[in-house]
Amino acid sequence: MKKTHIIGIGIIAIAIFVIISTAGDASSYVTFEKAYEMAQKGKDKSIHVVGELTKDTQGEVTGIKHSSDKLSFSFVMVDENDRKQEVIYHEPMPADFTKSEKVVVIGSYHNDMFVADKILMKCPSKYQETTVSAGV
Amino acid sequence: MIRSFIGDLGHFFTILAFIGAFFSFFSYFKATVANDLGLKKDWRLNGRGFFFIHVVGVMGVVISLFTIIYNHYFEYHYAWSHSSTRLPTHYMISSFWEGQEGSFLLWMFWHSILGMVLIFTNKFWESSIMTIFTLVQAFLASMILGVIIPGLELKIGSSPFILLREVIDAPIFKQDPDFVPQDGTGLNPLLQNYWMVIHPPTLFLGFATTVIPFAYCIAGLWLKKYRDWVRPALPWALFSGAVLGLGILMGGYWAYETLNFGGYWNWDPVENAVYVPWLILIASIHTMITFKKSSTALKISVILVIATFILILYSTFLVRSGVLGNSSVHSFTDLGLSGQLLLYLLAFLVLSIILAAIRWKELPTTEKEVSTYSREFWILIGAITLCLMGFQVLVPTSIPVYNSIVESFGGISNVAPPVDQVEYYSKFQLWFAVAVALLSGTGQFFWWKKMDKKQLLSDLTGPVILTLILSAIIILIYDVGDPALIVLLLAGTYTVVANAKILINVLKTSPKLSGGAITHIGVGLMLIGVLFSSGYSKVVSLNNTGMLISRELDEEFNRENLLLFINEPKTMNNYDLKYKGERLEPTGRSGLVKKDEITRIDEFTAVADNDIFFEGKKLFQAQDTFPIHAENVYYEIELTSQSSGKKYNLYPRIQDNPTMGSAASPAIKRDLSRDLYAHVVSRLSHEEVEWSEPREFKISPKENFFVNDYVAQVEGLERISKVQGVDLAQEDVAIRGFVKILGEEKEYEAQPIFLIKNGLVGRIPDEVNDLGLSVSLMNIYPEENKFTVGVSTRQKDWIILKAIEKPLINILWLGTLVLMFGFGVAVVRRYQEFKKMREKGAE
Repeated sequence: MKKTHIIGIGIIAIAIFVIISTAGDASSYVTFEKAYEMAQKGKDKSIHVVGELTKDTQGEVTGIKHSSDKLSFSFVMVDENDRKQEVIYHEPMPADFTKSEKVVVIGSYHNDMFVADKILMKCPSKYQETTVSAGV
Repeated sequence: MIRSFIGDLGHFFTILAFIGAFFSFFSYFKATVANDLGLKKDWRLNGRGFFFIHVVGVMGVVISLFTIIYNHYFEYHYAWSHSSTRLPTHYMISSFWEGQEGSFLLWMFWHSILGMVLIFTNKFWESSIMTIFTLVQAFLASMILGVIIPGLELKIGSSPFILLREVIDAPIFKQDPDFVPQDGTGLNPLLQNYWMVIHPPTLFLGFATTVIPFAYCIAGLWLKKYRDWVRPALPWALFSGAVLGLGILMGGYWAYETLNFGGYWNWDPVENAVYVPWLILIASIHTMITFKKSSTALKISVILVIATFILILYSTFLVRSGVLGNSSVHSFTDLGLSGQLLLYLLAFLVLSIILAAIRWKELPTTEKEVSTYSREFWILIGAITLCLMGFQVLVPTSIPVYNSIVESFGGISNVAPPVDQVEYYSKFQLWFAVAVALLSGTGQFFWWKKMDKKQLLSDLTGPVILTLILSAIIILIYDVGDPALIVLLLAGTYTVVANAKILINVLKTSPKLSGGAITHIGVGLMLIGVLFSSGYSKVVSLNNTGMLISRELDEEFNRENLLLFINEPKTMNNYDLKYKGERLEPTGRSGLVKKDEITRIDEFTAVADNDIFFEGKKLFQAQDTFPIHAENVYYEIELTSQSSGKKYNLYPRIQDNPTMGSAASPAIKRDLSRDLYAHVVSRLSHEEVEWSEPREFKISPKENFFVNDYVAQVEGLERISKVQGVDLAQEDVAIRGFVKILGEEKEYEAQPIFLIKNGLVGRIPDEVNDLGLSVSLMNIYPEENKFTVGVSTRQKDWIILKAIEKPLINILWLGTLVLMFGFGVAVVRRYQEFKKMREKGAE
């Protein structure tokens, strides 16, 4: 066998290893129902859930509860199957949170509570306002 | 009134730039394929002419857009959404490229300049490379065209010259279509940082230069000049590697200084998207150098040079098409350009693959088997390692793309990127870094000398022994225990030592050729710096009080954060520390003022109560009026070293932006051997704080009374004729009281005002911010020579601080500088080679 062949095989082997291990480490986007099932089965791996915040008719976000010292908060999120779930986040509320159009929470169920380790937000247009009023 | 002229002019220049680029492409193409020499020359002159027109167009667009931002024409959406009247000029430059259109424009701006440089530095290659160059440029120009093709309803590009009323459907425009907002929504506070003035231009210069090696490579394939394209491409590839690398690191440095995640690199998809092409670019530089020296590795050079440019386009697609949506924190908004971006990416991908495939068989190769003791072998292995290193990052970063592809074929895919990105990427990249370090140490010996087993052994013994000794010392001093990190430390040290040996030899004989050794020393230093600053960064703000900050928070938070009440000493890692209160930032002055030292006239203006000093320097005279940043609050923390007794002040910051929420930025105490990195996690909210019911004291002048355990007394009263914000008539009375309160640190004076206006009593309390007291003058009894003072109290000011120690981070920054210097030396050398050959007519 020529050296180039050995190198070639080596490259392919590493590439396959990278792909397989990525597939193993990758998380997944699931619904709350699925996440709950997974937690029941004892899989405590963190997963992603995509959803929206609950809003009242005026478009104000509802269901946000701060702890007394504002250092952690919880909110209600609706996933793609319209299931409502209270989510706890052990950190202060991120900037822009109530403006976000879509929220991705990364975490897992602890009993009946979804505990988020990380929150990603998708804002309607990241740094842009959507309306303008004469006062501005 | 809508000032539409400048927008129309800008739009005209956009179209001019696009048409110029397109016709320049056409002319240069004709010049390249023409057989007749005269015709060739005519077309080439045409191409140049159109390119100059294009450059005029681009400059016109840039000037028009900047005029709109600079003059605050808020009827334009771009100015309104990225700038505001209170933005200083240098940040207006940042708002220029905050938006997607502006950043495309920045890219095109660099291309225009680079195009001119290419035209004037090439003879033989001009037409062919400019054909490719102008095609790229035409695609870029189309991104900001903002033209709708009639009939098809197809929108091409997004123009930065759209009016606000065309974008936003607000009721105000129905009442008054000519409505112009008073102010813009401003620049994202996190981007109001000097790094954001220089990081984007550097990064985009890096982006822009990657097209040049690509253009030479494609031109080489096209004209069948298979061997000759490498010489002119190499200096540009080196330049590009240096600038792109610098741009990436500047971004990291900005994140380190401004964001509070505690590091310079977060493996966010947006960061990965530029990291991967940079690695491949570096790999291509290595194979190109090998080819120049020994005529091998041409095919792999072709592949890598093409791959670099395609990956740059791919990264543009990832960041700007909205495909990253759920997985990145800071990608751009989707402007509906994803189709156009995809077309751009695929067009260049397909064209280059077809061209390379047609020419593949004709590419010269050597049939000779590579020897394990040849330099070609080792450099090739190094280049392959770099490629695999990039591949490992590319695979997970592209997960959102697989999902979109599967979904566009009707399938369902719900793969998400790994949850802990930093841990996930680090565990792979660490081993690739070890391999790169070992190879770049050893490879250098093969490069300079003919090697066999014996020679190698004798050359390597010295560096290996030195490496072991140095590493052992470092391990002992810094207590490195993690086996993986010990390996990385060995590898990094080895690179530095081995390359230093090479450098000494090269400097003796031919200093011009020292670029390689210097860059590799830089790489080794950077690895060591990353190892310590990330691997051994530790939280030092440990809660050593034995009390929980809050029962509702998890154990880790309670352990790793310090609750600091104002003026209450705590200890942290060999320091005594004390939170000394909130500070505000006067605009355009370097210095901070205390809240108790000033009176705010409005949000943006303040008056000095007394002379104000900041760290021994006089900032303002009493009664000076000065502008102040409304959004920035700094938290003064005094550190006293327990060993030396030296005092330092740290000022971590929180920006309160009404539209974007609050953002915390760290303060960094830089020492030679470590950084102390501290940020405010939470603080007392002044809006929501609860005041107690006022307690009243009926007292005589100079009579002591106790508020919250502080001794206080009324010094006296004074009748005043003017009160801020109140119109006083002849018969109205205003009296100011002077109340002295003895705090722990110093004496404070509150000046409450008692007012009788139109027969009604009014009271203006004065807050002593540091002590959490609000003092009012409730009543005056002249006949008894007594008065009543009301004092409300609130919770004292507090912050929660998190501090992280980052050892040896300066080695990383030092390594970066060494790396850049090495690149510089190499660029100069390779460019001189190219120039020499060009002057000989053998371009």
